[in-house]
Amino acid sequence: MSKKADTLLQSLKDHFGDKITRSTVCCNEATIEVASADLIALSQSLHDDFAFHLLIDLCGVDYMGYGDSTWDAHAANSGFSRGQQTSVMQEFDSDKHPQRFAVVMHLLSTEDNQRLRVRSYAEGEPCKIASVVDIWSVANWFEREAFDLYGILFEGHPDLRRILTDYGFIGHPMRKDFPLSGHVEMRYDETQGRVIYEPVSVEYRPQTARVIRDDARSS
Amino acid sequence: MSEIRNYTLNFGPQHPAAHGVLRLVLEMDGEVIERADPHIGLLHRGTEKLAEDKMYNQSLPYMDRLDYVSMMCNEHAYVMAIENLMDVKVPLRAQYIRVMFDEITRILNHLMWLGTHALDVGAMTMFLYAFREREDLMDCYEAVSGARMHAAYYRVGGVYRDLPDFMPKYKTSQWHNDKDIKRMNENRQGSLLDFIEDFTNRFPGYVDEYETLLTDNRIWKQRTVDIGVVSPERAHNLGFTGPMLRGSGVAWDMRKKQPYEVYADMDFDIPIGTNGDCYDRYLVRIEEMRQSNRIMKQCIAWLKTNSGEVMVDDHKVAPPKRVDMKGDMEALIHHFKLFSEGYCVPEGETYAAVEHPKGEFGIYMISDGANKPFRVKIRAPGFPHLAAMDEMARGHMLSDVVAIIGTQDIVFGEIDR
Repeated sequence: MSKKADTLLQSLKDHFGDKITRSTVCCNEATIEVASADLIALSQSLHDDFAFHLLIDLCGVDYMGYGDSTWDAHAANSGFSRGQQTSVMQEFDSDKHPQRFAVVMHLLSTEDNQRLRVRSYAEGEPCKIASVVDIWSVANWFEREAFDLYGILFEGHPDLRRILTDYGFIGHPMRKDFPLSGHVEMRYDETQGRVIYEPVSVEYRPQTARVIRDDARSS
Repeated sequence: MSEIRNYTLNFGPQHPAAHGVLRLVLEMDGEVIERADPHIGLLHRGTEKLAEDKMYNQSLPYMDRLDYVSMMCNEHAYVMAIENLMDVKVPLRAQYIRVMFDEITRILNHLMWLGTHALDVGAMTMFLYAFREREDLMDCYEAVSGARMHAAYYRVGGVYRDLPDFMPKYKTSQWHNDKDIKRMNENRQGSLLDFIEDFTNRFPGYVDEYETLLTDNRIWKQRTVDIGVVSPERAHNLGFTGPMLRGSGVAWDMRKKQPYEVYADMDFDIPIGTNGDCYDRYLVRIEEMRQSNRIMKQCIAWLKTNSGEVMVDDHKVAPPKRVDMKGDMEALIHHFKLFSEGYCVPEGETYAAVEHPKGEFGIYMISDGANKPFRVKIRAPGFPHLAAMDEMARGHMLSDVVAIIGTQDIVFGEIDR
């Protein structure tokens, strides 16, 4: 399997040259990274020349706080923090990833029986990237989902509406700086005779601190 | 004659044929669909967001609640993703158990689909037949995990426990006298494997019963033949997988092409359709039930003759045995660390997919080396299928929309996540 991923990467490198900014193999799976400007041309070529006719998945990723640990032994002495540093602000580390938001596509070729992962970083503020909906129709809903959950704008998308969140929802819930408990809660108000939104009354209670340890087995 | 104008029809979210909480906004010309706009997200629970805040093991029960008619297959993809990243090798017996329960789950799912699809189209009896067999399989779930639906049985490194040696039995009550109970308990005298084997012997006969009711049924054919036709090219482009892709004539099955666990050793066939309509997809799924039955028989034969561990012997991932913890300090520490902090997964990313009853169910997992996943993306097979609703329903009648929802095998737990 690993050999297969390597040969695929080699043939892609021969074909695309330096358009592929980075390529890795992890768990026998090939990943390539491309600049957002090259995404459309490269996707079209992957579809036509490499027979990747199936776009299995497209999703957004927010790299804020990647590799951050919240464990603090001193914080465990009082309260309900369970050793979790609550004061830590998550930060985006541009050394590890060039941009905060990325779009990851998983491609499958049923003809050649191989898979490929393509990652491209969305640039700008608000972050934008080209839509691949003209190449794979299935991208339509996947891109709507990535827009809804991460706020990534897909240029050229025919119908970029929210899809999973409520009608009239504000914010992008899968972003790392969006709290797990959300911003508003809703209930039926008897006096007004309708459903109303209020600021959340629950307080976030940390479960387990986020710990990063070097595992002896994996090194 | 009065002028007929286009109008917009709201279908759902509370409609018996919507299979949950689907809201469809249909633009119609008379009774013909011009545009279908599914509104989803009414069952959105933020599973992916919750998973980012929990240790790896704690998210496992959430997976059952995604596609709540094929529970163990969801768990399978999730544990496979973690096993990929940690490079955990699952014991052979656990692999056979997983394959057997995957196929039980496939039959469970297809029976649910068959019952509700036929009910939507107007055949009430099918529903009752399908649920009769589901009851037996639910009992298998219960015997092995204690829960009839949300099993949480697959764990990282194997399965929670080995198959039980006995099958729970019915007891006499005010509704069933001793004679009834004796008859009901007839196939429950042996182990769980004996019970499942008895089921696999009976099941092909049941499938024949379903087929006599539907396959040559004139009304069934009128409602499904040439409805929702999808060509192989469009099926690829629309991201179809599983029976939806095979119904269009593409012989793609993960169990054959990219085998995981012990599927490479199993002997089974992949049915494919020719026209890509609702009727073909019906035939494909019926044949899949027969093939699942075949795989189950092979697993039972192996499991009856071979014994072994069902969990890896690595206490960084799997908890130590209860009995060891009573006397062994090391085991106690392992147990404490595993359930208070969990295990750290090496940095990396993986996409683990299984051939789920509905299509390809995948988990894309990014780890930054912590004890919680950095990102979990759930690739639900129903999501692209429902997205194709507009294309499949366009030009059909309103009543055909119901047949198309049925053939897509929609479950909102996985689509809305």
